[in-house]
Amino acid sequence: MEEAASSVPAILPALPEIVLAVGAMALLMFGVFREGCTARETSIGALILFVLVAALLIVEPNERVLAFGGSFVVDGFTKFMKLLTLLAAAAAIVMSLSFIRREGFDRFEFPILIGLATLGMFMMISANGLIALYMGLELQSFALYVIAAFHRDNTRATEAGLKYFILGALASGMLLYGSSLIYGFTGSVEFPAIAAVIAADGASIGAIFGIVFVLAGLAFKISAVPFHMWTPDVYEGAPTPVTAFFAGAPKVAAMALLLRVLFGAFPAMEDQWQQIVIFISIASMVLGAFAAIGQTNIKRLLAYSSISHMGFALVGVAAGSPEGLRGVLIYLVIYVVMNAGVFCCVLAMNRKEGYVENIADLAGLSRHQPMVAFLLAMLMFSLAGVPPLAGFFGKFYVFMAAIEAGLYPLAVIGVLASVVGAYYYLRIVKIMYFDDPAEPFEQPMPGEIAAVLGVSSVFTMLFFVYPAPLIMGAQAAATALFP
Amino acid sequence: MIATAIAFYLFAAITVAAGFMVIAARNPVHSVLFLILAFFNAAALFVLLGAEFLALILVIVYVGAVAVLFLFVVMMLDVDFAELRQGFLQYLPVGALVGIILLIELVLVFGSWVIAPEAAGIAAAPAPAITEVHNTRALGQIVYTQYVYLFQAAGMILLIAMIGAIVLTLRHKPNVKRQVIRNQVGRKREDAIEMKKVEPGQGL
Repeated sequence: MEEAASSVPAILPALPEIVLAVGAMALLMFGVFREGCTARETSIGALILFVLVAALLIVEPNERVLAFGGSFVVDGFTKFMKLLTLLAAAAAIVMSLSFIRREGFDRFEFPILIGLATLGMFMMISANGLIALYMGLELQSFALYVIAAFHRDNTRATEAGLKYFILGALASGMLLYGSSLIYGFTGSVEFPAIAAVIAADGASIGAIFGIVFVLAGLAFKISAVPFHMWTPDVYEGAPTPVTAFFAGAPKVAAMALLLRVLFGAFPAMEDQWQQIVIFISIASMVLGAFAAIGQTNIKRLLAYSSISHMGFALVGVAAGSPEGLRGVLIYLVIYVVMNAGVFCCVLAMNRKEGYVENIADLAGLSRHQPMVAFLLAMLMFSLAGVPPLAGFFGKFYVFMAAIEAGLYPLAVIGVLASVVGAYYYLRIVKIMYFDDPAEPFEQPMPGEIAAVLGVSSVFTMLFFVYPAPLIMGAQAAATALFP
Repeated sequence: MIATAIAFYLFAAITVAAGFMVIAARNPVHSVLFLILAFFNAAALFVLLGAEFLALILVIVYVGAVAVLFLFVVMMLDVDFAELRQGFLQYLPVGALVGIILLIELVLVFGSWVIAPEAAGIAAAPAPAITEVHNTRALGQIVYTQYVYLFQAAGMILLIAMIGAIVLTLRHKPNVKRQVIRNQVGRKREDAIEMKKVEPGQGL
């Protein structure tokens, strides 16, 4: 007891998190004490901080390390997912640079809140216990609620923030209730201990109830059907760079958490949770595909698109094999990169009177801005899953894993859903190329947005040429999670 | 041993009596003062149990902050307590019901420990025996050593809540005259006073 009291806990595994937290607070101080500090200055600071954290993550060893009494875990899986969330968050900051100045909510807290949300995501990814899971999730969610309502003079943004907050609180409540049941019926909050108890005593009815509630809470965070209701409204109401952020990083972190809970704490209950995952996967794919058809607002359409993409990623989770897991990771990377590119194109939709969001406004883009139109069309083909673009490979790996696991109906429904989804993606291409031209957008797009769009497009187009690094990385991460 | 028993019954009796006076006193300020008396005696009971940290927290937080806040509210709000008291007795059945439910729940909790003594042992963070490690140290051990990560995470969440409240509600209004101490202190006699030579018999 005396020794434990005097020794400092090993904090080295959490060094990236600590640097991120301290850096975000330092930026906050910088913003507060500097007169007239703009978001551009703290954005650049946040990007430098992200680069530093990424460097720390890359040099971190790959083997599994536990810290803080087992509630914090670092391994190849966490490293992969953290780098991906960091990339998505950095893209969102870059995309917000010119937008928030034009829309008149240029306040320095914006990139800092994104940084703190990223810290929450890191904690979610590294969570190895129910309390750590909840703390990370709330840290992330709180920052996201504020970011959603950040444009406070815009009623739609505040509505989005409030809606997200209330439904998020409901989801957190369900998650907590499930956690308390799991703790009560297994006697531990740490994932490995829970797994050991269930492996020894079998799945009790209380633990099954618990996992149902925890999955409901997590499904809300990845906006999987039937917990998706908030997604279209929040995506539509929030400012576009915020929507781009919501569609990327938080989904990655929540998916990482879902994987950690399912494979870290409940590998012995696979028969039970597999049914749930198959159900929400099919429901998300189908609803996302059909509900998007009638949309006229491009952000709502992308919301439904992200719902169905989460359904596709869950196909790999349902497979429950290392191949399935690898497929999920590859899918998430490709999804995040494609999504960033698409939102860059949405950000290019600005006229003199402001940003527009209707799909019909894209008409004639092929004549006014042929390059942007071409890239958006290419990204749409990729989202629809047309080979040889990257989106095809994402779907290919998860469906292959589902077939190997013997889940033929799931794979067939998935392929059919992606055919339905192709309709609304290709409708955008048709509007851009064949409809009567609408008023042109302001040109050219800001340099930093063009850069993100370029990187995203090159990745999407040329992924099939050299896919090895990503596949190997995902493979290594997946094996790290699988015992 | 007998001294502890005497002390316990003394403090417990005063606590109950003060608690009764909180609802029975006519003057709301007196009610708050009796509440403070109840808090102090409850703190003394904690000390008797060896929970000195809780005792101090009770005094600092409840007496130092909460009760004083109550006093402010009672004195500042113009509430007609005599009118509030009308029909006081008709709430008695509901209050009694709540009290009985609470009592049953307490009995169940403690009863389960009596029936299954091992239930207390499977807590995630069992407290060490009070003879080995005193209370403050044991709490510090759990909060600042064992769960330091979660404690710091909770701190970050509160920080975000604070940033969020400021970002979403604080507005800098233009044309608001604020007190700037630096300007006030730096003001010179010449800035404010002008000497005029006034001739006798004439105005300015």
